[in-house]
Amino acid sequence: MAVVALKNVGKQYPGAASLAVEDFNLTTHDGEFIVLVGPSGCGKTTTMRMIAGLEEHTQGTIEIGGRDVTGVVPKDRDIAMVFQSYALYPHMSVRDNMAFSLKLKKYAKADINKRVEDAAEVLGITPLLDRKPRALSGGQRQRVALGRAIVRQPQVFLMDEPLSNLDAKLRVDMRAEITKLHRKLGVTTFYVTHDQTEAMTMGQRIAVMKDGVVQQIDSPNNLYQQPANVFVGGFIGTPAMNFLDAAVANGTATGPDFSLALDAARREVAGTRERLHVGIRPEHLHLAGNEADAQSLKGEVEVVEPLGALTMIQVRVGDTKVTAQIEPHQQVEMGDTVALTCAADKLYLFDTESQDTLIGIDSGVADQPAA
Amino acid sequence: MSAQAKRFSGANIAFGVLGWAVALLMFLPLIWLLVTAFKTEAEAFTVTPQLFFEPTLDSFKAALAQGAGYWHYAWNSVFTALASTVIGLMLTVPAAYAMAFYPSKRTDFTLVWMVSTKFIPAVGVLVPIFLVYKTIGLLDNVWGLIALYTAMNLPIMIWMVYSYFRDIPKDLVEAANIDGASMGQTMLKVILPLATPGLASTGLLALILAWNESFWSITMTNYQASTLPVYIASFKSAEGMFWAKMSAASVLSIAPIIVLGWFAQRQMVRGLTFGAVK
Repeated sequence: MAVVALKNVGKQYPGAASLAVEDFNLTTHDGEFIVLVGPSGCGKTTTMRMIAGLEEHTQGTIEIGGRDVTGVVPKDRDIAMVFQSYALYPHMSVRDNMAFSLKLKKYAKADINKRVEDAAEVLGITPLLDRKPRALSGGQRQRVALGRAIVRQPQVFLMDEPLSNLDAKLRVDMRAEITKLHRKLGVTTFYVTHDQTEAMTMGQRIAVMKDGVVQQIDSPNNLYQQPANVFVGGFIGTPAMNFLDAAVANGTATGPDFSLALDAARREVAGTRERLHVGIRPEHLHLAGNEADAQSLKGEVEVVEPLGALTMIQVRVGDTKVTAQIEPHQQVEMGDTVALTCAADKLYLFDTESQDTLIGIDSGVADQPAA
Repeated sequence: MSAQAKRFSGANIAFGVLGWAVALLMFLPLIWLLVTAFKTEAEAFTVTPQLFFEPTLDSFKAALAQGAGYWHYAWNSVFTALASTVIGLMLTVPAAYAMAFYPSKRTDFTLVWMVSTKFIPAVGVLVPIFLVYKTIGLLDNVWGLIALYTAMNLPIMIWMVYSYFRDIPKDLVEAANIDGASMGQTMLKVILPLATPGLASTGLLALILAWNESFWSITMTNYQASTLPVYIASFKSAEGMFWAKMSAASVLSIAPIIVLGWFAQRQMVRGLTFGAVK
């Protein structure tokens, strides 16, 4: 267990024009579960590999448990890593896979057996100990990979998209198990994923990255309520936030086929701006019925997706596709013209130029972006 | 029934006939060799080859006679082939490992360059190598021959093992690094066990190439270090060709490697095509 501190960490690949990771700053709490999330190529895996020591960082410092690990080889960093491909040794049994690192450290045989068996017990893979990896299912291999990491009792766990090779149902199960395991072991964990649902459900804090730059590091709720900018707003939450380009006049944001009255707080942050990006989450949009409303978006329904518990509809408002989440009993057909409404305090406002958040929901003005 | 019908469809029969025809064409020299080995010298010399004759072991007896020195040459062949293969593998593994798992900008170039050395005809470097060997006293020396064979086979051995290593996920090396293995431990405990089939087929190929090599053996050795090809050539003398004895000698020379190849062919095919198809 240890505090991991990344200070101005950057990575420049030789010959590359721009930095793969730029000015990454993060200090974990002891035993914290940090998720690195972002689209492909955003630098999340590179960041993790720098913590592991598989890639050298070219700028800044990385500290693990107060020790600067610059130039320290992976095996001396006291970390364990779970790979996307699992990277189990195919020619070794499950037991030998898990015992490999302990054998290299010349632990006593009884000690190795005890640790391996304890870890197998925790993960429910005791009956598989004498099998070879090829005789295991994807989920079982995943468990063995986790087991190989936990027998080490390292200071830090690094997990690189460990669930992305599993089918959807198993992924949800393993997600919960990894969270439970983390709570039980209390080891500082870095977890890389491109799946924002995984990030939201697992992370105590989430670092959202784009093009090598951290956009925001915050708790799941804060990311949802107070995204730092348009990118984070759009990346966090499913279905994604709707964005409307609006003109502001007389305390109202208007555009083709929509008109949204701003409340006092929003009028204040809008200031003298004449244009704004308005963000509305699908779950905050409701069918307005026929009554004329100051808050309304009108358009033709293009897609209806019943999901059972709720129904998603896509409405064309002006040139923009707007997704709304409605109750399943509300009958809407493709081709209908509907009016949608949204409470004034559920509007996110973003600066058109800088794309930064002016105001989120629930708690006043958004913090300054972390990066 | 349907499987049976498929087996005897027109296309399959055509391919079958074609396959046998090509095989016959390729193996005809071997058959001729084998048949001639059981003839007398007189029968072997007839202009119209005799198909029916009384087989005799005389040629074999002559080829194995004390003066011919079969066992001397055979031992040299076994020793040079084995030693050059073992030394070759010991050099190949680290070279291929470095290029497969720690590639640099020049790795591709190095690989192509190594293979390009095989484009030079051996005669082209005969004189310089002969003079060097003469100066350092390696003419007619088994170790001189072993050094040549190792150098001759290294490019193709490295290329083969490299392609084997390349198919092993790099993640395994990284996992081993994180698990605390040194580079040597990673190579010995993780990568080599996985590459055993590849190393075996590479070794086999090197063995066969070294065994079959005749150019250097004939030019660089006299008797002490001579291998079986020299022995075969010795049946061609100033007085003329001894076709029957030469055939018997050839059969004795190629038999061990054919038997070995027969047992290893499955391994060989897998080794040579490994990595070609995902």
